[in-house]
Amino acid sequence: MGLALLVIIWLITLISTYFFAAKTWWLPHGVSTAAPWIDHQFALTYVIMGAIFVAAQLSLGYLVWKYRDHAKASAAKYVHGNTRLEVIWTMATLILFVGLNLMGSHVWASERFDPAQSGSVPVEVTGMQFAWYFRYPGPDGKFGATSPNLVDPSSGNEAAVGLKTSDPASKDDVVTGTMYLPVGREVDLRLRAMDVIHSFFVPAMRFKQDAVPGLEIHMHFTPTEIGDYEIACAELCGLGHYKMHGMLHVVSQADFDKWLAAREAEKQ
Amino acid sequence: MATSATVHSHAAPQGFIRKYIFSLDHKVIGLQYYFLALTAVFVGMFLSLLMRIHMVWPTAVLPLVGEIKPETYLSLLTMHGTIMVFFVLTTAPQGGFGNYFLPIQIGAPDMAFPVLNMLSFWTTFVAFVVLLAAFFVTGGAPLHGWTGYAPLSAIPSAGPGEGLGADLWITSIAIFCIASLMGALNFITTTLDMRAKGMTLFRMPLTVWAWFITAVLGLLAFGVLLSAGILLLLDRNIGTSFYVPLVVVNGQVLGHKGGSPLLWQHLFWFFGHPEVYIAILPGMGVASQLLSTFSRKPIFGYRAMVYAIMAIGVLGFMVWGHHMFMSGMSPYSAFAFSIMTMAIGVPSAIKTFNWLGTLLHGRIRLQTPMLFAIGFVSLFVSGGLSGPFLAQPVLDIPLHDTAFVVAHFHLIMGVAAIFGIFAATYYWFPKMFGRMMNETLGKVHFFLTLVGAYCIFMPMHYLGMAGQPRRYSQFTEVAYLHHLIPLNRFLTYAAIVTVTAQLIFLFNLFWSMAKGPKASDNPWEATTLEWTTATPPPHDNFGGHTPVVNHGPYEYSVPGSARDYIMQTDPASVPAH
Repeated sequence: MGLALLVIIWLITLISTYFFAAKTWWLPHGVSTAAPWIDHQFALTYVIMGAIFVAAQLSLGYLVWKYRDHAKASAAKYVHGNTRLEVIWTMATLILFVGLNLMGSHVWASERFDPAQSGSVPVEVTGMQFAWYFRYPGPDGKFGATSPNLVDPSSGNEAAVGLKTSDPASKDDVVTGTMYLPVGREVDLRLRAMDVIHSFFVPAMRFKQDAVPGLEIHMHFTPTEIGDYEIACAELCGLGHYKMHGMLHVVSQADFDKWLAAREAEKQ
Repeated sequence: MATSATVHSHAAPQGFIRKYIFSLDHKVIGLQYYFLALTAVFVGMFLSLLMRIHMVWPTAVLPLVGEIKPETYLSLLTMHGTIMVFFVLTTAPQGGFGNYFLPIQIGAPDMAFPVLNMLSFWTTFVAFVVLLAAFFVTGGAPLHGWTGYAPLSAIPSAGPGEGLGADLWITSIAIFCIASLMGALNFITTTLDMRAKGMTLFRMPLTVWAWFITAVLGLLAFGVLLSAGILLLLDRNIGTSFYVPLVVVNGQVLGHKGGSPLLWQHLFWFFGHPEVYIAILPGMGVASQLLSTFSRKPIFGYRAMVYAIMAIGVLGFMVWGHHMFMSGMSPYSAFAFSIMTMAIGVPSAIKTFNWLGTLLHGRIRLQTPMLFAIGFVSLFVSGGLSGPFLAQPVLDIPLHDTAFVVAHFHLIMGVAAIFGIFAATYYWFPKMFGRMMNETLGKVHFFLTLVGAYCIFMPMHYLGMAGQPRRYSQFTEVAYLHHLIPLNRFLTYAAIVTVTAQLIFLFNLFWSMAKGPKASDNPWEATTLEWTTATPPPHDNFGGHTPVVNHGPYEYSVPGSARDYIMQTDPASVPAH
């Protein structure tokens, strides 16, 4: 029985570790300036926790086999513990865990403590059951006013976010169902939700933030590679949660300008 | 303490109803809690099977159930989580085993307040019935998940199931909170006031320490959830705006104004995180008790274990914000919550070290209860080590609300806690029912469940790393999830096998009750007080006398002793530490 337990525990440990180490399933390819930092912290945490995992499980399997009761087993040792050892492993774990945390904190600080830099692309993201809408302020750089009373979710354009067309600043606002961003420039996001909480999750950008009704949350990230990336909703928002899906197209600055100009032209 | 024992003694009832239904006997009430949890766990498991099947075959038509719609999937998810967390993981370890064995292990004839004890069970029962009723009302059960985030949970028009079903859901939870508060008061009073002569605090078994601290957590946490629930009911039915700001649902402007969705999250998780420890602490107590008993060795670092339980209890109230790193809460407070969360890993690590230290140089008897205790340690390590990932706000950016989180909490507060319940069942069954469970079936059950649980929940980490959001009813609409469907299928197969294997346990349980070999009073040669009394214990637990305690709880393999164990009630002259 002891041997069976050892074999099972060791096999579980080694097979699980193999799939982690071989990166059979891993974080998707990261394409934002934060991605390498986040991935580094993930890998560091993984190596430390993986080592503890393997050491603890292999010891567990070994101990139950080695000290199993059988005819020739020696009597159990009468010990109540060891205060010195307790103090050592308490301090060691404390330093390791808190230290690991502090090592990742500068990434968090740069992502969330500081606002977007000047010259970033302003985009408003609005979540509603079960779609994302993106609003660009247009040449004036100002978002026009919106009103809850004007919201018409079925319209699929300006009315979906309740744009007040009487406001002069709203005249050049562009509202779309697909997000375009220029590569290499920071985006200054303004996250809103119309009805319930949604979460704007772009795995490739290593970006996630809840959009909360009643709050306007400012966030930023910088895409580094041209390509098409999926946006998913990561907060349970109702029966269509699984299909609340959007696309982010990261294009060159020139293509971005061309796309935005075309949208402006459509509006006129 | 002897006087309180006489004050609280009551004659054994004769009629069936007073003896088995509205019983005041903590042992009968313990069994009532246990069988309620057993019913609940099979309902909860069945719901999870339906979910797993729908996730990988969304259009499948199941016999009797029919085709599962996405909103039905979310109802199943909500009810699975609520049933498992409240009516299984809170009910069986604390209400079940705590009720039955805490008084006996401290040498008391009953709980401090037997009538309150009966009331708390029947209140829990009512809460369970109210919850199940949500399945049968118009619109069905709510789809807002067991965490019930507002405004989704506060607005009837936000989705099917958010009408009467959601009202029943929150009412059930409120009733459950009241029951748990009554239970917690009883456990705390009993532990402090009803201990037998010589049962000092540091002679209490670690199971008693765990139940005691769990009760303290319950007393502080359930009151908050109860208040939060009442506010939610007001928002839903009276038109208040505690949690709901101005929102537009389906193009309709609702009458709410100025509420805070984050307020619900703060209140819910102020309860919710201690709740995780309410579920797991009794399992830690059982694992400690069993590892010592079956290794024939004193527990390694008894006092360190007690202090670790206390530290977990205290820190458990300071970490709730780690559920909210992506919520829009201040990023500075995320920093503080994150440090506290890393710190709570320390007492958990101490416990793991001490469990391994207990096995070292032991003479380990690998009987079924011990196998589950060892399985508990393995699962606790596996589930615990994903904690330091999720405790870091920066890693929550890719991992929050993905399958990685589901893997983490299922391994540790789900499967590890369930292994604690299994270990306790196999260990105390002889005392509760006077018969032994079948060892062979027990071992088959153990290996199938251990391997099965790992097959379900270890690959779930990979899914989360690849970005699979939790609570998705299918993976057809988002292209990057398509390549994860085969792995998801594997999980579903593993779940079907593992759930089926639980029928072995169910058979063993009921068959052994009727046909198992008769158990002696102390079949495991253990030391604590429940093994000094008759099997099953008489109505007043010790047959008219009050035990006197002379020894600590884990005196195994004491040099110079005739047997390899010294019971807590053995004369003081027996050599011991």
